[in-house]
Amino acid sequence: MSEAAERLKIFLGRVPYVRFLGMRAELAGDEMTATLPFAPHLVGNTVMPALHGGALGAFMEMTALAQLSVTSPASRVHKTIDISIEYLRPGKAQFTYARADVRKVGRQFANVHVEAWQEARSKPVAFLRGHFLLREG
Amino acid sequence: MSPEALREIARNMVETVPQASALGFKLLSIEPSRGSIMTPWREDLVGDPDTGVIAGGVITALLDHACGLAIISTSSDGVTPFSTATLDLRIDYMRAATPRADIIAVSHCYKLTRSIAFVRAHAYDVDPADPIATAQAAFVLKRGPVA
Repeated sequence: MSEAAERLKIFLGRVPYVRFLGMRAELAGDEMTATLPFAPHLVGNTVMPALHGGALGAFMEMTALAQLSVTSPASRVHKTIDISIEYLRPGKAQFTYARADVRKVGRQFANVHVEAWQEARSKPVAFLRGHFLLREG
Repeated sequence: MSPEALREIARNMVETVPQASALGFKLLSIEPSRGSIMTPWREDLVGDPDTGVIAGGVITALLDHACGLAIISTSSDGVTPFSTATLDLRIDYMRAATPRADIIAVSHCYKLTRSIAFVRAHAYDVDPADPIATAQAAFVLKRGPVA
């Protein structure tokens, strides 16, 4: 296992809330794809049914933090400063995927954009932009 | 609609929606255009294992849900936007939540148009004057009679 994959595995294993969501993530080279398998406890609208906007937002925020655990390794979890989420389509009762794009890493802060999709990447379900305070070491 | 009927709808929304129930949300209050929800600290919801601070995602879901509650509570004539979908949601995290403390979200729907609701919310734990996070959101309304 590569050093990056090892760091990702440690992050995913250490954060209890990752387990609550049921989120997974895999690295292909330096590209990480996060997966959120559908689970009944993630539903926010039982009629459609659709994923809760908060759960989808949480998944994208965790995707950003997981990506940062690989690209800006630290012994502690980085801290979210702000997030802005745009919802484009309802999250259906199926697998959701997300990728994070670290747009800028400074000494203290990182700017990360995340995209989430289901059947096709060309049909995004939601976007997230966020700023994160980077922990040292 | 009677306040009791509205409260029942609000309670259902806050306590029986699967994600809300999985996070342990409880309805605290509902008044015209406003609402508040409490969620307890839980070990399995921790986002920072070094400090026991709850994950930002829980606060995101709580604020999003509280915004939806404020929209439901705009109902005064028996016709309410019975279904809402989040269009956008902006959250600022001012500080880490206190480990093992309950978190409360308070929301206000300050403008309702035919198709959009504009809502603000904030979350705090110990001191209402010391927020953990604030939210600003726009929701799409799907209007209809209350079931």
